Amino acid sequence: MGDLITMDDLTNKEIIKILDDASSLLPVARGEVYLPLLQGKVLGNLFFENSTRTRMSFETAMKRLGGEVLNLSSVGSSVAKGETLYDTMQMVDGYSDIAVIRHPNQGAAQYSADAVEIPVLNAGDGAGNHPTQTMLDLFTIRQAHGSLEGLNVMMVGDLRYGRTTHSLSHALVRFGAKLTLVSPKSLKMPMEIISDLRKHGAEVNETEEMTETINSADVIYMTRIQKERFPDEDEYTKVAGIYKLNANDLAGAKAGMIVMHPLPRVNELHASVDETKHARYFEQAFNGVPTRMALLCRGLGIKVPKKVK
Amino acid sequence: MGEMRRVTAICNGTAIDHIPSGHALQVLKMLRLDVGRSNPISMVMNVPSGKMGRKDVLKIEDRELNQEELDRLALIAPKASVAIIRNYGVAEKRTIELGSELINIVKCSFSNCITQNNREPLPHKLKVISSEPMEIRCSYCGRYQNIEDMVDYII
Repeated sequence: MGDLITMDDLTNKEIIKILDDASSLLPVARGEVYLPLLQGKVLGNLFFENSTRTRMSFETAMKRLGGEVLNLSSVGSSVAKGETLYDTMQMVDGYSDIAVIRHPNQGAAQYSADAVEIPVLNAGDGAGNHPTQTMLDLFTIRQAHGSLEGLNVMMVGDLRYGRTTHSLSHALVRFGAKLTLVSPKSLKMPMEIISDLRKHGAEVNETEEMTETINSADVIYMTRIQKERFPDEDEYTKVAGIYKLNANDLAGAKAGMIVMHPLPRVNELHASVDETKHARYFEQAFNGVPTRMALLCRGLGIKVPKKVK
Repeated sequence: MGEMRRVTAICNGTAIDHIPSGHALQVLKMLRLDVGRSNPISMVMNVPSGKMGRKDVLKIEDRELNQEELDRLALIAPKASVAIIRNYGVAEKRTIELGSELINIVKCSFSNCITQNNREPLPHKLKVISSEPMEIRCSYCGRYQNIEDMVDYII
């Protein structure tokens, strides 16, 4: 019931409800108010692949709500000994009340959800989906623009392997976004995703040129070209550093336009952008906390009060 | 009728007609009748057909295929007609149905799907998104499957 594997698990109404809950929980996320809604609950934080922000923000979210966290990483655990995901999940099912999973194989989150009784939240499965990132991205966009409806959104970089853009684009078109997808040919968004987006009636433009649409964008979503997802290094070298956004590029941008990035960044987003009013990526990273609090509450069937004092 | 006489009538077994031209071998593979069996099988390929232009036909002797086996055919020969033959006559006509989910029939073809680890015990599950045109996705990783290649991933 409380699983979140892809954005298809949520209706638009549910998305808005979760964003509203996250807004209510902001003072708790900042540590200004202690609200032990999840006291006595245990989160199994399962990271079979590296993570900084996602793992830490889930842990903070759980702890700020009074819950406990069990961490498992594949290094040094039974996973390294060749345990199946199914068996690992049986153990987690017994030890915790809700599980968060990141795994290098696509489909691992759905597989885990099928294997256990407790709710499972997908924190990234291979190049598949990353819906909790999408929720915090939507939270950030709504915070800046007041609504999710009808925005011009540019996504730049690795759209082939970048799971954050896969989940986010699915969600945004449901709110009538117009998408401009900027990537080198070898890193274009997979055809099946484009065809899904167009089935939703979305206007999707693909281009290799970054600068031409900056001035009409409401959101520029930069992504890192992910070295670790390339089958061979030569292919990576060909496209590494192809896009570099710096403060000068934003001279003609709309006043309310925001620049986002799921982080970590390498050289696609220059530090000069940090000083502009457009930069939103550090707030975006913080927003992982209230959003994931709301998702943990949803998963565990705990009602979030409208006003938190 | 002309094309049916290219192979002799069978006494008992299953006749599969209206297989898309050139796909009879895939059908045998799909039904796992291609290796390790002793039933006589007759096959004609690319014969003229009023309905289809050209078609393939299979006759499998002394073996009545069950519904579960026949439903596998829906992936490559969804419009095939199947007759169970007893004592040289048609005893039963069976239809082929493509269900909404294929469980433990075909594996997902995507190399990075969690189901590629054959020690993982949960069933292989593919979801039928639409039957015309046929669109099938892995229930776990969500990848669309290439219908032509699916025969290579039969379990």
